[in-house]
Amino acid sequence: MDKYNLNNSYKAVVIGGSAGSFQGIVKILSQLPKNFHLPIIMCLHRLKHVRNGFVEALSIKSVVQVVEPNDKETIKKGGVYLAPSNYHMSVELGNHFAMSTEEMINNSRPAIDVTLGTAAYVYRDKLIGILLSGANRDGGLGMKHIKDKGGLTIVQEPSECMIDTMPKAALSLTQIDYTLKVDEIVEFLIELDKHYK
Amino acid sequence: MIQDIDIADLKKITELVQTRYGYDFRNYAMSSFKRRMLRILELKSLTVETLLKKLSEQPNFIDEFLDELTVNVTEMFRDPGFWRIIRDEIIPGILLNHKQFKIWHAGCSSGEEVLSMTIVLKEMGILQDVQLYATDLDTTILEKAKQASYPIKNMELNEKNYIRYEGKGSLKDYYKEENGKAVFDKSLLQNVTFRKHDLVKGEVFNKFDLILCRNVMIYFNQSLQNEVLKKFHESMFKYGYLAIGSKESLIWCEVASKFLVVNNEEKVYKKIKD
Repeated sequence: MDKYNLNNSYKAVVIGGSAGSFQGIVKILSQLPKNFHLPIIMCLHRLKHVRNGFVEALSIKSVVQVVEPNDKETIKKGGVYLAPSNYHMSVELGNHFAMSTEEMINNSRPAIDVTLGTAAYVYRDKLIGILLSGANRDGGLGMKHIKDKGGLTIVQEPSECMIDTMPKAALSLTQIDYTLKVDEIVEFLIELDKHYK
Repeated sequence: MIQDIDIADLKKITELVQTRYGYDFRNYAMSSFKRRMLRILELKSLTVETLLKKLSEQPNFIDEFLDELTVNVTEMFRDPGFWRIIRDEIIPGILLNHKQFKIWHAGCSSGEEVLSMTIVLKEMGILQDVQLYATDLDTTILEKAKQASYPIKNMELNEKNYIRYEGKGSLKDYYKEENGKAVFDKSLLQNVTFRKHDLVKGEVFNKFDLILCRNVMIYFNQSLQNEVLKKFHESMFKYGYLAIGSKESLIWCEVASKFLVVNNEEKVYKKIKD
């Protein structure tokens, strides 16, 4: 029985996370079904002036190699993308990324609101947004944009979060569809992928 | 706060700015251009209608508009590894052929990058042999760049970058603290020519041994990037160098085959064909 009432209309998954989200992300990436059909676009808060290491650390256990895309790089099915250090990462119409060095937002660059908000604009109701553990409110507004455009929203169960400020911000700003533990998020993605096979 | 702005409204604004003032923003990347517009509306407490009215009735407003529209967030010695490559490989490479040479900082913003370059050159003992051009579309920011004076609060990051660059001394050797500002030694800028230049419409105005245009073309769409890169190619001597931002690439552009990758991590290219 299909627990989440899913279908194959979705075009992308965006994931935001900050303090305390690393383990969760690693778990998700390591348990993804092989040849997961959709692009996974991640914006995670990270040390601003450490350009190297993070993507490698995420890739160690990931089923798919994680990529920090270049400006205007095409978004591919099944690609796993990470917003690079010290850039905001937007999704542009025409199915590619755009980088920016604009002012920090929510004291962050990359800011999760930028990636989630632009993805919501481009993918509209064909987007799934996931927000994990984090210590500031970045991402809350982005989740609201996803919901407002008809996309599907998931936050990590606050009680499971190392720091629950981020998912709680999203919960306070909009009607989140599912509040799930990381294991359930994995289960959700596996179930979602079945609709594309 | 206005949450969103229609593409139709963005078009009205770009058309007005183009016909009235001759600046062409039609090929700017949509996501960031939209954010900049929303930011201007919020900062100036305007709506699309009142912005259009202001742009058509107050010619003086255009400078303020351009200053807010362009992204002027920059750092000294951004990506310290890049600056080490400049010092240890690129400049020595140029010096093999010429004792005197020319550098263009295209889209110099508030001048942190050109100032960093002058410090690199001074520490190499060749500042007097290099002619630098620093250009930007935004005249307000060019004036700031000429001042070489930055808020003290920015200096912590700049210092950190300089330390990671592994410069000869301390960044403090080059500035004095005055009224909450780090005021840099003006003699650093003695060979720097600041001038207004529009990358979209501007002509090729000189030939260079090194062009730096880092994190500027990310605000353009691919077709505009392509055009601008053609102009850069034309503005370079054969075997000259081009540096773009760490998350930019030449792969898509027509002139790609006329360049060789010198450093893929720091995105430095060498022109090998005219």
